[in-house]
Amino acid sequence: MTQPNAFSQFPDLAGRFGEFGGRYVAETLMPNILALEDAYDRYKRDAEFVAEFDLFSRDFVGRPSPLYFAERLTEEFGGAQIWFKRDELNHTGAHKINNCLGQVLLAKRMGKTRIIAETGAGQHGVATATVAARFGLPCEVFMGATDVERQKPNVFRMKLLGAEVHAVTSGRGTLKDAMNEALRDWVTYPDETFYVIGTVAGPHPYPMMVRDFQSVIGREARAQMLDRIGRLPDVAVACIGGGSNAMGLFHPFLEDESVRLVGVEAAGKGLNTPDHAASLNGGKPGILHGNKTYLLQDEDGQITEGHSISAGLDYPGIGPEHAFLHDMGRAEYRSATDAEALEMFQLCSKLEGIIPALEPAHALARVRDLAKELGKDGTILMNMCGRGDKDVFSVAGALGVEL
Amino acid sequence: MTRLTPTFDHLSSQNRAGFVAYVMAGDPDAGTTLETLRGLADAGADVIELGVPFTDPMADGPTIQRAAIRALDGGMTLKGVLELVRQFRQTHADTPIILMGYANPFHAFGYAQAAKAMAEAGADGLICVDIPPEEDAELRGALDSHGLSFVRLAAPTTSDDRLPQVVTQASGFVYYVSTTGVTGAKSGQTADIADAVARVRQASGLPVAVGFGVKTADRAAEIAKVADAVVVGSAIVDALDQDGVEAALSLAGTLADATHAARGG
Repeated sequence: MTQPNAFSQFPDLAGRFGEFGGRYVAETLMPNILALEDAYDRYKRDAEFVAEFDLFSRDFVGRPSPLYFAERLTEEFGGAQIWFKRDELNHTGAHKINNCLGQVLLAKRMGKTRIIAETGAGQHGVATATVAARFGLPCEVFMGATDVERQKPNVFRMKLLGAEVHAVTSGRGTLKDAMNEALRDWVTYPDETFYVIGTVAGPHPYPMMVRDFQSVIGREARAQMLDRIGRLPDVAVACIGGGSNAMGLFHPFLEDESVRLVGVEAAGKGLNTPDHAASLNGGKPGILHGNKTYLLQDEDGQITEGHSISAGLDYPGIGPEHAFLHDMGRAEYRSATDAEALEMFQLCSKLEGIIPALEPAHALARVRDLAKELGKDGTILMNMCGRGDKDVFSVAGALGVEL
Repeated sequence: MTRLTPTFDHLSSQNRAGFVAYVMAGDPDAGTTLETLRGLADAGADVIELGVPFTDPMADGPTIQRAAIRALDGGMTLKGVLELVRQFRQTHADTPIILMGYANPFHAFGYAQAAKAMAEAGADGLICVDIPPEEDAELRGALDSHGLSFVRLAAPTTSDDRLPQVVTQASGFVYYVSTTGVTGAKSGQTADIADAVARVRQASGLPVAVGFGVKTADRAAEIAKVADAVVVGSAIVDALDQDGVEAALSLAGTLADATHAARGG
């Protein structure tokens, strides 16, 4: 038995992870946030709710996802054993659906009749539309106009699934503007609407609730590691945009003090340029979208746009629990550039026969360093949080290949 | 004590509702805003709300969003907003000015420093859209220590149970958001508003201003019959953007007159 530490006990009753988190929303939404907190608190202990979540996780999402020994990458990097948690094999191709399933089941229990969501590249929008379709709830997705143009296949998928897609032109028409617009919709139709936030950010209880639904990743992986190699990994690694796959992987390991937790942010064109999306490595604490956390912002507190080759990582904030784990030193946060992600995208495809999403390709770049640091006795667990089918066009473009 | 208390006392003694005019600082530049602020006070605005632009105004409709972008593109900052207040005070000693915006620019400035600078510039208080009572201790404390009002928002979704918590630490006045929605949306039913204003007034012991969705003189007059003040924002910002300062001031004058005369008939 490892000695329990306090890290897994957060947030507190006010939704705080240390100084981060909280509920920074307009008064119109505050009663809704409190009602959601009550409902979640009730249903997470409700045996029927948990059983339904588990059943659909198995039969609809395809859980548990396998644990896979990446033998050829292990050889290539010449150090620690590398294991992948295969969340890219989930229905809809990423970890996102774990959370959508939980929230939509909760929406039904709460008697909500309408689902809304924000999406950047479209992955969370597709996952939300998928679950909403299964449970017969109308779904509207807010997506930046620029992203609608760039991600046509996902827009079409959402429409096939019966969702309505709103192209958001307010602000600069990006992911954060899509989130603003979803919040505006929610403030306008608070009674009937359930807002399915896609990451471990937003006002309490979202960071906690999304983390809990995503923690299935870490719980499974922890048990699978013990089963396969009889011990825990030395390091657990995941990429970070808002941070939901990383939080889902990390949380069940928080009290395993021997397990290092490493999050990998998107360094875009480099942390020394303005074109990155590394909120922890290149931002500072502030308040946006209902929570206090590290944000990309200028000296006047205006939010700046994140950049990454991966549209899933270019959010200017990060979940408040990561901000807390960063400041406490429980998790380490590194970064990987666009160029490194592109290199790993190709390498993983060629060596493992797995085309990774660009997001986990960032994580893989740091897995390479960690494998060398740890040496042959070490073991690394990385969450392969999404598959790369969605990225083939942008990768081809970046490599100068015309499709 | 801020300028708000004497202003509302005076209005009350005359059985008149107050007219609260909103304008975004720096839309499209500081000079235009200063001219508009002075003009609004002269056209009959009893209180002025001066918007502090933010990149992500999640409770605002398209009109205020665009105004914020114009202001930011023109280089407006919180420091610039405070400079506008200081310049306005040189000509207008008595009209209260409340800053209205979102938490992050104040957080980045530092709450204590921001409150000090606001007091020095001659501002009277702050409406911070994304600071509900649950999160307000630090900012409210900073404002209190400089004698500034922290103006609270109450909404149609605020229940009777919650209302006391929302208004206990409020000061100056309470801003009642007349409808669920963003600024500039349609406004709520007058009967519902009258009922809500009475509840908020009783719970807070403060004057209640009603905003969100008030665009015309008729509507302002209707609200003025049931509330202590009427807030108009998007309509003025729109007029300023479409037709310039003179048109915005002319609209504000009409709205102020309608508000002031509403209870006379």
